[in-house]
Amino acid sequence: MNLLTQPVGVSHYLVVGAILFVCGVVCMATKRNALGVLMGIELVLNGANLNFVAFGSPYLQPDGRAALGLDGQLLAIFVIVLAAAEAAVALAIVLCYYNNHATVDVDRADQLKG
Amino acid sequence: MELIKILPLLLESAWLLPLASFALIVFFGPRMGKGGRWAGYLATAAILASLVLSLCALGCWFVLSPPTEEAAHIGGFRIPPLNVERYCLGQFDSLRIVVGYYIDSLTIAMFCMVTLVASCIHVYSLGYMHEELEEVTDPLVRLAKGQPLRRRGRFPRFFQYLSLFCFSMLGLVIAGNVAMVFVFWELVGICSYLLIGFYFERKSASDAANKAFIVNRIGDFGMIVGLMAVWTGFGTFSFGDWQDTEGRVQPGIFRQVRPSPDAPKPIVPDGMVQMAACHEVEAIVCGAPDLATARQEIAARLPLWRSQGYGYWLLVIAGLGIFCGCVGKSAQFPLLVWLPDAMEGPTPVSALIHAATMVAAGVYLVGRFYPVFTPEVLLVIAYVGSITLFIAATIALVATDIKRVLAYSTVSQLGYMMLALGVGGWLAGMFHLFTHAFFKSLLFLCSGSVIHACGTNEMPQMGGLRKKMPWTAYTMLVGCLAISGAGVPVLGVGLSGYYSKDYIIAQALLFKSQNPTHAWMFYVAAAGAALTAFYMFRLWYLTFAGQPRDEHVAKHAHESPAVMVAPLVVLAALSVAAGWNLFAKQLGLAPLLDSARPVGPTAGASAGLWIPQVTQPPEELVHTPEVHVPAALIAFTMALVGFLLATSIYGLRKLDAADVRRQFSPIYRFLVHKWWLDELYDFAFVRPVLGISRFAAGVDRKGIDWLADNLARWVELLSRLDDWIDRTFVDALVDLTARWTYALGLRLRAIQTGNIRQYVMLIAVGTVALFVLMSLYWNYATASF
Repeated sequence: MNLLTQPVGVSHYLVVGAILFVCGVVCMATKRNALGVLMGIELVLNGANLNFVAFGSPYLQPDGRAALGLDGQLLAIFVIVLAAAEAAVALAIVLCYYNNHATVDVDRADQLKG
Repeated sequence: MELIKILPLLLESAWLLPLASFALIVFFGPRMGKGGRWAGYLATAAILASLVLSLCALGCWFVLSPPTEEAAHIGGFRIPPLNVERYCLGQFDSLRIVVGYYIDSLTIAMFCMVTLVASCIHVYSLGYMHEELEEVTDPLVRLAKGQPLRRRGRFPRFFQYLSLFCFSMLGLVIAGNVAMVFVFWELVGICSYLLIGFYFERKSASDAANKAFIVNRIGDFGMIVGLMAVWTGFGTFSFGDWQDTEGRVQPGIFRQVRPSPDAPKPIVPDGMVQMAACHEVEAIVCGAPDLATARQEIAARLPLWRSQGYGYWLLVIAGLGIFCGCVGKSAQFPLLVWLPDAMEGPTPVSALIHAATMVAAGVYLVGRFYPVFTPEVLLVIAYVGSITLFIAATIALVATDIKRVLAYSTVSQLGYMMLALGVGGWLAGMFHLFTHAFFKSLLFLCSGSVIHACGTNEMPQMGGLRKKMPWTAYTMLVGCLAISGAGVPVLGVGLSGYYSKDYIIAQALLFKSQNPTHAWMFYVAAAGAALTAFYMFRLWYLTFAGQPRDEHVAKHAHESPAVMVAPLVVLAALSVAAGWNLFAKQLGLAPLLDSARPVGPTAGASAGLWIPQVTQPPEELVHTPEVHVPAALIAFTMALVGFLLATSIYGLRKLDAADVRRQFSPIYRFLVHKWWLDELYDFAFVRPVLGISRFAAGVDRKGIDWLADNLARWVELLSRLDDWIDRTFVDALVDLTARWTYALGLRLRAIQTGNIRQYVMLIAVGTVALFVLMSLYWNYATASF
């Protein structure tokens, strides 16, 4: 099955979501800047969100019936809210960390290591 | 309301008032005025109210059974005794424990006597015990450093005990069944114990209290045996007839043993016959087809068995057991040693408890239980009474402690009462109980007054007190005359003791005339009259006559306050007049008591089953001139001899007391040592018991303690081993586990690097690895969730 020859369906969205997710994970794993890590988290969340929306959309299904229906969209909105809240808390932590250490390098935040 | 309904109520309230006073003093005594002064007034008010109620009851009785001429001659129950059941404490099968009353003229007379004497003594105690209002210094108790004991006054406590005693004594008198009698019997015993030990810091007082209590336990043991015999034999404790729950009248003890009032012989109750014939009963029950026929068969055989004498021994045991309790309480022969020692208590207590009321309770119970006694038991009672009377009278001759003389005199007079009851003179014994209560409490209160004034009990230190304290001296003279039985035999007029003692001696003479083999009891009674007169006048002369023998005591002596003299005068008047019969001989103590006389046993000549040769003469015969006149003359002559002897030795000093003492020195020594009774008991009972207990203590210490110690040592050793095993092995295992866990933790700690990017990598790699593993090994088709 060649995706490029198919009409746009759920699978395409899933591919885009997976790419976004992997980009996010790589970003989280490689960035030393705390802000960069946060951005990676946003990518991961949005990659997952894309899956929810894709499964919840009736237009992408051959029989016009969505797998999740409105539930998918609700969950997507929920994740967005969660991301906003998380960003607020995380940015506050980062700001606090900067105040104390004059840097946002996550590698240097290892005071709680075992 | 009818009088017959009011009568129990009156006596009941008279009985319960002292209890109320006791309860109030227990809770509020020390707060009643300074030093608890009002406690005394409260107790006195309570007993005075009881006296008034008892006198009302006496009035009721006279209205119910008026003392008419024909009534005096009929004798016996003019109105049947009231048997009132107030409250059933419990019923166990057919055993009923009831609070009930048995009221006849004896009960009422006892109530009046007890409350009257107790009232006098309460008033007297208000004066006598006044030292207890403040802090007391007791010179007889030395503390470790030699200074006398100082303690708080115990004025309220004294009156609290007195109230409790009055309640118990009245309860004992009113009791309608033997169980209730026993309860109050023990209550008066404990009051006696508490009051003998009132100055318990003194070793002698606490010893005397213990002695009194323990000696009474011996008597009460017998009494319990008697109670068991009564219970198994009669199936009831009730004196009179009672109604069961279905309203049927059940016969009480008295009607079971004397079904008809003029039967001279006691009838052995069915229960005792069946108990004794248990083998025959067993044979019948085993042989009979069913229980009902067996019951009929047994009932049919009962008269035969009874005529064969089955169960008679149980009746004798019941009588002897009850009498055994009376021996303890009334200080009769084998158990007489406690009463003289009981004089350690305050003198009003000696007067109330150890002279007038409690010790007379034994005599009262013998009188109450009279229908149950078989001739054999009565003979034992008479023997014990005569022996006691003689022993105690002889010891009283040489005692120098004024209270001890009176104590031995009390024992001797109680012996007189027992003797009278034993020879069939129910009325004589009971009559003497009452007259004795009056004059003996008078004598004790006089001696208390003397002791109060002199501060010593020893008569050799007194003398010549007549001028210093005339009231005490002359009231005591009245008491001495009364107890000696002074009177004019020709006219038949005398003090109270004259009537009662004459009566007893007449009864003994009557018994002698019928049973010459037992004549010695009469001689002892007659000799006792001389001894009584001698020791009483010896006491009076030594105390009041002659010249003062101790300067210090004589200077110190003074007449007692009015509150103490007034009771003396009241009691002296009663000692004079208690025996008189007014209104053509129908109104008086003797006719009153006579109407409570149990007719059966005193009706006619009756012989015992085992001792047929001894006959109990009918009591009426005592009034015949052949008996009465010689008895009166003998009693008077003997008393006169005693009086003259005492006068010549101690009054006129014609004979020298020391000379007489030298002349009869072995006898004197024998008497001074109280017949060696204390030493004998010490040797025969106290020492063996102490030896046994010492042996038991040795076994305990050497044997049982040794065993216990060794056991403990072994257990200790075992636990040491156990401890070692625990520490070495179990603890080590636990420690090892902990150390491993710790080491592992240390290693694993390194994983937490704090590097966030590394964590993310690990999560990603881990997730991928999981997916790879799942794709390799997870079989979707067979997976079950």
